[in-house]
Amino acid sequence: MKTLERSLFFAGWLFAATGAGLALASTAATVTQVDKAFTEKEISVGQGATVHFVNNDSVKHNILIKKLDFNSGLQGPGDSVAVTFDKPGKFKVRCGIHPKMKMKVVVN
Amino acid sequence: MLAIRDGFIGLVAAAGLGIFVAFQPSPTAAAEQVAARTADSAEISALKALFARPDSIPFPQDNPYSEAKARLGEMLFFDPRLSGSNLLSCGSCHNPSLGWEDGQPTATGQGMQVLARHTPTILNLAWGEVFFWDGRADSLEEQALGPIEAPGEMSQSLESLIPELEAIPGYRTAFERAFPGQGITNETIGAAIATYERTIVSNLTPFDRWVRGDETAISASAQNGFLLFNGKANCTACHSGWNMTDDSFHDIGLASEDPGREEVLGIAELRHAFKTPGLRNIAQRAPYMHDGSIASLREVIDHYADGFIERPTLSEDIKPFEVTDRERDDLVAFLLSLTSADDPVTLPILPN
Repeated sequence: MKTLERSLFFAGWLFAATGAGLALASTAATVTQVDKAFTEKEISVGQGATVHFVNNDSVKHNILIKKLDFNSGLQGPGDSVAVTFDKPGKFKVRCGIHPKMKMKVVVN
Repeated sequence: MLAIRDGFIGLVAAAGLGIFVAFQPSPTAAAEQVAARTADSAEISALKALFARPDSIPFPQDNPYSEAKARLGEMLFFDPRLSGSNLLSCGSCHNPSLGWEDGQPTATGQGMQVLARHTPTILNLAWGEVFFWDGRADSLEEQALGPIEAPGEMSQSLESLIPELEAIPGYRTAFERAFPGQGITNETIGAAIATYERTIVSNLTPFDRWVRGDETAISASAQNGFLLFNGKANCTACHSGWNMTDDSFHDIGLASEDPGREEVLGIAELRHAFKTPGLRNIAQRAPYMHDGSIASLREVIDHYADGFIERPTLSEDIKPFEVTDRERDDLVAFLLSLTSADDPVTLPILPN
C-alpha cells in the first residue's frame, strides 16, 4: 500500500490549480517494508519530493539507491529513512541485504 | 521470455530425453514411500507449491533475448582470448562438466594464483538479483565484465580486449548480427555474455517431478528430507523458492575472515555475510560455501546443526538443532534429488 501524505498532496494540487503552487509542487510519500518486501512496486512523486521508507518488518533492512549514490546503512525495525529526490527520472530502490526487495520511484 | 518446456529450454530441447530413468525407484521403494508419508498431504502440497519451477526464462527489457546474442555470448564465454594470457576463458572456472564451477575450494586465476573465493555456479542466474558472492554487481551484464578485467582473474582490460576482438572478422560479423550498428563495446560484450548465461538453466529434476505430482519420483528418505529442510533444519529461511535461494546476505558462521557484503555496503553488521547460493545440482558443485571449506553435503548439514561460529554478525536464522544419522541421510537424499541430468554442452568453434 502506498501511503501518501494526503494533506500535502492535496495542498499541492490546490496550489497548482490556483497557479500559486510552485513551492508546493512536490509531494511526500511513505513506503513501508513488510515481510521482506516493499509495499509498493512503483510510486510517482514530484521533483523535490521526500519519500519516507518505514521498516515495519521484524528484521533489519537497508535502502540502497545506486543512481543517487545513496546508502542508508542499517535500518532496524521501526526505523524510517527519508530520501529526497531532487532530479527527475526513474530510480531503482533496493534493500542491500535482501535484494529481492526492490521498487521504483518515478520522479516527474 | 524464453519458454522452458518440461524443464528444458525450448531452443535446446532436442537432446537429453529419457534421462530420468536412473532415478526411477523400485516398487519396494515406492511402497516405503507410501508407508512413510506421515505429514499432512495438504501441508506438503502447500510446501511443494513454494518450489514450483517457472515456465520461462526472464530477460530484462533493456537486453532482450536474441539467438544471435546468445550464440555470440557463448563464443565469448568459452574464448580464452578474453584473458590477458589468452589462456583463461569464463568457462575455465565455470566448467559445465562440474556444475558450472571448477571443483576447487577457491578459484584459480591469472598465473595459477589461488583466489580468495569459491567459483559460484552460472546455473539459473537469469533469476538472480545481484551478482558475485558479495553482490557487488547489480546486473548480469555488469557481472560478466568483472572477471575479465579483474587483475587476479582473467586480467585483460576491456580497452585492450576490444581492438583484439575487432581484429577478428568472425567477431565483427557476429557482433553486427547481434547488435546492428552498435559495434564491439563494453556494453555489447556484457550484453552478449549475459544473454548466453541466462540460457544456462538446470533441467527438470526428480524433485521437480515429485512437486508436479509423481509420488514415486523421489524416495521416502528424500521426501522426509524435504520436510526437515522446511522444518527443524530451517534451511528455507534462506534457501527459498524454486532455485532455493533468497538472494540475500547472511553470515553463516564460517571461520573465513573475508568481510563479504560488509566491504560493499560499509555496514559492519554485514561482516562475513555472503549471498545465499541456489541449491540446484548442488551434488555436482562440491566443495561448498564461499570459501570452499566444506567438502561434502553431510558436513554442510553438520555445520548448520552445530558447527558454526557464534558471533554478533551470525544470521538470526541460524540456530543449533539436533540431527540424527537417519535425518542427515534424509536431508542428503533430498539434496541429491535436486540433481538434473543436463543437456550436453557443445563447445563453440571460435572465430579466427
